[in-house]
Amino acid sequence: MSRPRPEPVQVVKQRRDAALAALVERVPYIQFLGISFDRRGDELTATLNYDEKLIGNPMLPALHGGATAAFLETAAIIELSWQMIWPSIESDSHELPQLRMPKTIDFTVDYLRSGLPRDAYARARVNRSGRRYASVHVEAWQDNREKLFAQATGHFMMPQND
Amino acid sequence: MSADKAKIAAQFIQAIPHSRALGMNLVEIGDGEAVIEMPYDTKLIGDPDTGVIHGGAVSALMDTCSGAAVMSHPDAPTSTATIDLRIDYMRAATPDQTIRTRAYCYQVTRSVAFVRAEAVDEDTSRPVATATGAFTFERSK
Repeated sequence: MSRPRPEPVQVVKQRRDAALAALVERVPYIQFLGISFDRRGDELTATLNYDEKLIGNPMLPALHGGATAAFLETAAIIELSWQMIWPSIESDSHELPQLRMPKTIDFTVDYLRSGLPRDAYARARVNRSGRRYASVHVEAWQDNREKLFAQATGHFMMPQND
Repeated sequence: MSADKAKIAAQFIQAIPHSRALGMNLVEIGDGEAVIEMPYDTKLIGDPDTGVIHGGAVSALMDTCSGAAVMSHPDAPTSTATIDLRIDYMRAATPDQTIRTRAYCYQVTRSVAFVRAEAVDEDTSRPVATATGAFTFERSK
């Protein structure tokens, strides 16, 4: 008995990228802030593409704490949504469920150093995801992966299928 | 608010590119307390199914308002930065309504200001979100 022949790599990539794009492109605020996502397999990295409108302190200059918070919250929500739809993307039918966003219950941001006026990156880790609630941790850095400029933990209400 | 104070208030937001981009208006400021409004805008939508604005936009509003409260403290800090900010989201803000945040410094030490903030929309009896934060408090030497 032999396993079925795997799909061509481009077909798999295209399907995964299309699912990710569908998730990200429908949120106006993500477009407004200029956040994009890179994918390696199922691993996502969010990029906050630098723009002058993200500045909070023009004297330093430094990124606005609110822009940083929004970036981290977005990274957390997209990671959580991505993990919710991943099994469907990979299933035999490849049929995507209706996309519904998790709702933030609380979000705590730790500002470790001031955000420089350049691109920032973030990766989120879902520490627990139950039927109703999820807990997500996010780390953000700029030049050096080891030197975080912010981190956050948030709790989310999972969308209920009714 | 006097004409002078109103001018300072307007300049405060104009000087912060991110707050300007989000359309914030400073309504009141003084004695370690600030009130800032953010009108509804479709570019701030976080949930396209309902039109509810993104939590991140509310965070930015909370952060700006808290920072303004710190800067207006009678001990006159020279600058401030957020150390930590926790936001609790009580309910979705109603689409098409302005969100108004009030923040106040409830304690200031030699180098840290502790701030609380609350956000409401037109239904002022039920908060949309509350926040607590710690901010650096840099005093002039």
